Amino acid sequence: MKIAISAEGKDLNSSVDPRFGRCSYIIIADSDSKGFEVYDNPGIQSTQGAGIQAAQFVAKKKAESLITGKVGPNALQILDSAGIKVYNGTGLTAAEVIDCFKDDMLSRVNEPGEAHAGLKYRHGRSQGW
Amino acid sequence: MNQVAIVSGKGGTGKTSVCASLVELAGNKVVADCDVEAPNLHLLLNFKELWRRDYYGSKTAVMNRDKCRQCGKCIDVCRFQAIKNFTINELKCEGCAACVYICPEQAIRIEDTVTGETVLSKSGAGLFSHARLKIGADGSGKLVTEVRKNASDNAAEEDLIIIDGSPGIACVVIASITGCNAILIVSEPTLSGEHDLGRVLDLADHFGIRALVCINKYDLNPEMACKIERYCKNRKAEVVGKIPFDRDVGTSISRGIPVINMPESKAGAAIREMWELLTKGGLLNENCHSNGR
Amino acid sequence: MIISVLSGKGGTGKTTVATNLARVLDSAAYVDCDVEEPNGFLFLKPALDVRERVSIPVPSISEEKCTACGTCVEWCQFNALAAVNNKVIKFPQLCHGCGLCSLVCPEKAVREVPREIGIIETGTFNHSVFLHGILNTGEPLAVPIIKRLVSGINKITAQHVVIDCPPGSSCSVIAAVENSDCCLLVTEPTPFGLHDLAIAVELIRSMNIPAGVIINKADKQSRMIKDYCTAQDIPVLLEIPFSKSIAAAYSRGEMITENNEVLENSFKSLGIQLEALINESSCYS
Repeated sequence: MKIAISAEGKDLNSSVDPRFGRCSYIIIADSDSKGFEVYDNPGIQSTQGAGIQAAQFVAKKKAESLITGKVGPNALQILDSAGIKVYNGTGLTAAEVIDCFKDDMLSRVNEPGEAHAGLKYRHGRSQGW
Repeated sequence: MNQVAIVSGKGGTGKTSVCASLVELAGNKVVADCDVEAPNLHLLLNFKELWRRDYYGSKTAVMNRDKCRQCGKCIDVCRFQAIKNFTINELKCEGCAACVYICPEQAIRIEDTVTGETVLSKSGAGLFSHARLKIGADGSGKLVTEVRKNASDNAAEEDLIIIDGSPGIACVVIASITGCNAILIVSEPTLSGEHDLGRVLDLADHFGIRALVCINKYDLNPEMACKIERYCKNRKAEVVGKIPFDRDVGTSISRGIPVINMPESKAGAAIREMWELLTKGGLLNENCHSNGR
Repeated sequence: MIISVLSGKGGTGKTTVATNLARVLDSAAYVDCDVEEPNGFLFLKPALDVRERVSIPVPSISEEKCTACGTCVEWCQFNALAAVNNKVIKFPQLCHGCGLCSLVCPEKAVREVPREIGIIETGTFNHSVFLHGILNTGEPLAVPIIKRLVSGINKITAQHVVIDCPPGSSCSVIAAVENSDCCLLVTEPTPFGLHDLAIAVELIRSMNIPAGVIINKADKQSRMIKDYCTAQDIPVLLEIPFSKSIAAAYSRGEMITENNEVLENSFKSLGIQLEALINESSCYS
């Protein structure tokens, strides 16, 4: 099965990047053969909507599952529509999460992290999300 | 490498003062000022710039005057009044590209625009990664991510990276704390302090990051400080320090030095004590990422 | 005369200065452009009677007409549209309201509909006009509300308008300051205050607006601010001393000029000083 992993580095020994929208790299791996391709995350260049870019990229690559840390509600909406299941792989390496994934040992991420469109908290002001 | 972010729910709680002192105590370590919209940490550190790099923080329309035939379609389509006399006002342009689309001569394109610089400096305490934004520019998670990357790219594996985070709980804060081993929340015993603390703790829970709390100026309202301590206990966040109100803090800021370097400062002594607890207890170096299993 | 009150960082006393200035000047309206956290009403206690919604146009896509060709997604610079599984998903919070999606759609499937991002309230205090904008919680775009507030200033007949600007030096400050005749920069005598004042000075210089400085919580450290202002050739127009009675009055939500004749007179003379400043700068330009 084709899975996407947000990664801090360019190979399977690198850790899962807990950020999805601004993760350093996106690894698209085949969970059976362990073959993989690595891409620069297109979201990292966005000043807003980084997660939206990253999610569209993962959908375009036809991944069926995504292993990452936290996913914002905007990105999650896209992943949901694309039928991509999201799993939490924080603290593990890409190789480890592929094994865990095959053994069905990863927990699903259903609840989105926070949406944070742009910068809303300046100079000590407090306000809602 | 281990990373700790110093954050606060609201501004003005003493985050930067605590941060500067911890940097000094940590010795030869790496520090990143991620409070990118109001960076002040550099005022308390001695440093020398090593290099600067342009930061591309926005997109703006750029016009090729040789191609422009002054048909005026771009002026009509722009909803931000950013084009006058066939000149694009960078401060008003939001980079929407409507003018690019409408121009029959293909005279306009969208370009990434430099809105600031990221800087790597050498300070007495180690490396110092920070940023400078231009007038009219906004900070963003992107800039915070770059400042942290400059720090981690130049740190050794065994180094501790200390991050002066943005206040609040939004985008820039999330970008400041993701991937940290722990966050140290600088709180104060006021009503809004308690309220904001709760929101930062929620954030730490969300990301599975260990939350440590220090109560600054706790003796200004001991009752409220107790309440905050109880609250932290309920939320399973460890209170690692209580810093008394101390006029030396203001003096140290005026002198541009960390308060721990003020002889006989009460606040300085409390920060030292907190640092001992943090290092001896190994609170900053164990990996407390919740793993996915 | 339109006077903008700004500060490089929050918490320096910007709102204190703006509200008190509006109170003591003859025929002065007050406009609070700090739409993320408008506080001026706490001090001026206006009677608010008109409430107006501020919205920006966002896309509404006809599912019948949309073929999910993705043209709008490709053009949108703000990631406010995404295409997945033959469907376009909208993220209205990221939309800047530029209208490009409706322009580029080959099927004419995009219509623009207003989306509320905040409100503007109008009222009166001491027979003067009071105006403030409030950004809805969680909305990222403050500039459209500020622009609307500033454009409303033309209709105000008062002799003077005091604008309370957002803190910092971002695009929302520029939108607030844009049509001002002069600026008051409020700072504190600390290195943090000085650092942020320098940023505010850079901002007003880039916009070519004459300005004067007010030192709040002035003490013996004020020297460093004054030295900077001398070097920059910017006048220090007022020093508000650090005093417990002023701080206490402030914390009770009272106007600091109310029972303090000395301070009241100093604020009154600010008006004259600013007019002189404007005349002087127009002589040179």
